[in-house]
Amino acid sequence: MAAVTPDQLHDHHHGPTGLMRWVTTTNHKDIGTMYLIFSFVMFLSGGVLALTIRAELFQPGLQIVQPEFFNQLTTMHGLVMIFGAIMPAFVGFANWQIPLMIGASDMAFARMNNWSFWLLPPAAILLIGSFFVPGGATAAGWTMYAPLSVQMGIGQDMAIFAVHIMGISSIMGAINIVVTVLNMRAPGMTLMKMPLFCWTWLITAYLLIAVMPVLAGAVTMVLTDRHFGTSFFNAAGGGDPVMYQHIFWFFGHPEVYIMILPAFGIISQIIPTFARKPLFGYASMVYATAAIAILSFSVWAHHMFTTGMPAVGQLFFMYATMLIAVPTGVKVFNWVATMWRGSLSFEPPMLWAVGFILVFTIGGFTGLIVAVAPIDIQVQDTYYVVAHFHYVLVAGSLFALFGGAYYWLPKWTGHMPDERLGKIHFWCSMVFFNIAFFPMHFLGLAGMPRRIPDYALQFADFNMLATIGAFGFGLSQLIFIVVAVKCVRGGAKAAARAWEGADGLEWTVPSPAPYHTFEEAPVVR
Amino acid sequence: MRLAGRVAAPVILLPVASAAVAQSIPSKFNLPPPVTPIGAQIYDLHNLMLIICLVIFVAVFGVMFWAVFRHRKSRGAVAANFHENTSVEIAWTIIPVFILLGMAWPATKTVLDMKNTADPDITIKATGYQWKWGYDYLQGEGQGIRFVSNLSTPRDQIEGDAPKGEHYLLEVDNPLVVPVGKRIRVLTTANDVIHSWWVPAFGVKQDAIPGFIRDAWFRADTEGVYRGNCAELCGRDHGFMPVEVHVVSQQAYTEWVARQLAAGAAAPATGGATAQGATPMPAAPAAEEGAAQPAPANAAPAGN
Repeated sequence: MAAVTPDQLHDHHHGPTGLMRWVTTTNHKDIGTMYLIFSFVMFLSGGVLALTIRAELFQPGLQIVQPEFFNQLTTMHGLVMIFGAIMPAFVGFANWQIPLMIGASDMAFARMNNWSFWLLPPAAILLIGSFFVPGGATAAGWTMYAPLSVQMGIGQDMAIFAVHIMGISSIMGAINIVVTVLNMRAPGMTLMKMPLFCWTWLITAYLLIAVMPVLAGAVTMVLTDRHFGTSFFNAAGGGDPVMYQHIFWFFGHPEVYIMILPAFGIISQIIPTFARKPLFGYASMVYATAAIAILSFSVWAHHMFTTGMPAVGQLFFMYATMLIAVPTGVKVFNWVATMWRGSLSFEPPMLWAVGFILVFTIGGFTGLIVAVAPIDIQVQDTYYVVAHFHYVLVAGSLFALFGGAYYWLPKWTGHMPDERLGKIHFWCSMVFFNIAFFPMHFLGLAGMPRRIPDYALQFADFNMLATIGAFGFGLSQLIFIVVAVKCVRGGAKAAARAWEGADGLEWTVPSPAPYHTFEEAPVVR
Repeated sequence: MRLAGRVAAPVILLPVASAAVAQSIPSKFNLPPPVTPIGAQIYDLHNLMLIICLVIFVAVFGVMFWAVFRHRKSRGAVAANFHENTSVEIAWTIIPVFILLGMAWPATKTVLDMKNTADPDITIKATGYQWKWGYDYLQGEGQGIRFVSNLSTPRDQIEGDAPKGEHYLLEVDNPLVVPVGKRIRVLTTANDVIHSWWVPAFGVKQDAIPGFIRDAWFRADTEGVYRGNCAELCGRDHGFMPVEVHVVSQQAYTEWVARQLAAGAAAPATGGATAQGATPMPAAPAAEEGAAQPAPANAAPAGN
């Protein structure tokens, strides 16, 4: 069963020590830890960019940054958060948890696993370093629309190469996850007995393999348009700027689900644990996840309603997009039904999970509203869209990541995370998140475009409020550093089954999980 | 649930009440009061969807918070053990489909209406430049008028050296002028990068794409001044290229056209000067090189 057998069954610490241990490690737990630390560092970096943006927008007028640099900030905030923070964080969870949850001794391709992580720091250096080259970072938006991206300086090329490298890393990580999940499950663990987190990651991994090459193609064409005289996106040479958007969003919309499906998986682990009741509708959860993934390939042009496509095109993409609300709704209903008549308790992981359901659903509803083409034409490229995607990306992906971190920290460190600090972290995040982002719905409806460094006076009140919320939210995240460091250093000892209602193979190994686990595969009945 | 109900009632009534006053008062919370048939359809569609979403939200989270408060371990709740129910699961898959159909029906009619740009009274080409708009009256009354529309907010207001005016960043030197109640077709294109021509009160937002022509239409039924922005990131001064449209009576429009055409005839043979004798039209856009090119010198209100 176990495709990978560790060489040293009894000599766990035979390898290099110190820094070289981390550089050369092929252990899924070490690599998972490195992914999580890397993504948190990038999360803080992207947060600093966001707070600079919000500081400039605190009042009308230009106070802190000039427009060109402002555009660099919004662009890099998007790229850093998406490719540096959210995506690697989920891969970190996958590395730590998937082998533990399916009873495998490690990931299938342990050396490739090492490489897929160590590609990320160079990519991050390219990305962040582009601020310091002549002309600064790219200011074309994280979407890098041509022909604006063709106008940019060397920072654009650095961003393109960073995206290439991160794409390669993601594809390798995804291949690893697919092979691990399909081949290394413990005897008796059929696919339909697999924890939902593994299911959502399996489907996400297929999405990654399908769309990351598409993104690589899009940005490579921008690169050749910039330097080698091609005209893929230049009408004067027979190209089409809108073609870039089609290719980009063919990647970009599945990418949205790449960042949320693993979050659904984490929530589906946490809710049953703290409801002390099995997940409601397991099979329909799996089918809903698959349905969302498949539909995600046929909705990309809803990002492009204002480019002016034929009525039939608008209608097709509108209907297909609205349809995604059905499987997403099924998931929310299933979570609520899992909580119904449970025996609920609200430790920090559960708080994050319940908060996730509540606030993510608001983002789901605004997603439905922007799916309707005529309304989208009104709110496209306004702060309404900014509010919408932060509700699904911050209150969705990020809240789920924090929930998962509090949930599995006992397994990773052997200590229970500080419950009081965890609750403070949650409540501060929840309150300040809504202060920061809820007013943006109003700003967008009232007509404030996104990606502008200065705005008309009618938008002043809500912008000030949003900035206050954003700083509160940003500072609240520092609490997590305290929690994580305290938890690594000490605290209440965690039992193997750290949470009373927890179920699954990862809770059968001691806390902290030994360096090597499941050297002999467990048997699942 | 009692708590949820108390919160829910005003929340549901809010959009209804705001819809009632929206026709007159610009809201900080909602879409601007629409002045075109399309704008009104979008406004109503948004209200409809908001209400449906709020009702579902209150219902679903009413159930969830009931569980959160009642089914607590600390209150002695003992977990049940059910984990599936086929009929319930089918119901909550099928019913949303019908709700979506109810939303899609009016939306479809609006899409078809928006896309029907046939039979305009006046056709105007809006060309996006980094960072200003150029307007050409191509057909109908006013044919031949062309001018450039720049941000007119003074630099020292942006820098904070002077108090900001009422229409800060939403004012231009040469506004677009159209007659009330006429079908106006807007053709959009761009000279350099993608821009987007947007007037919220009209319900019109159409990307302006270099090398391509796209179109949209509006019929403003109320005279007034309507303001919007470029809505597609277009570089440094993306935030500083507003759209200002004056909707005037037929008579006032006819007089404006006469003045414009007279001023145009008086201008040098190269043509393209405005009534105010201001900015000459930059080079013809059509299929211009999309690659890096220097910004028009007079364009930048901000940053240098």
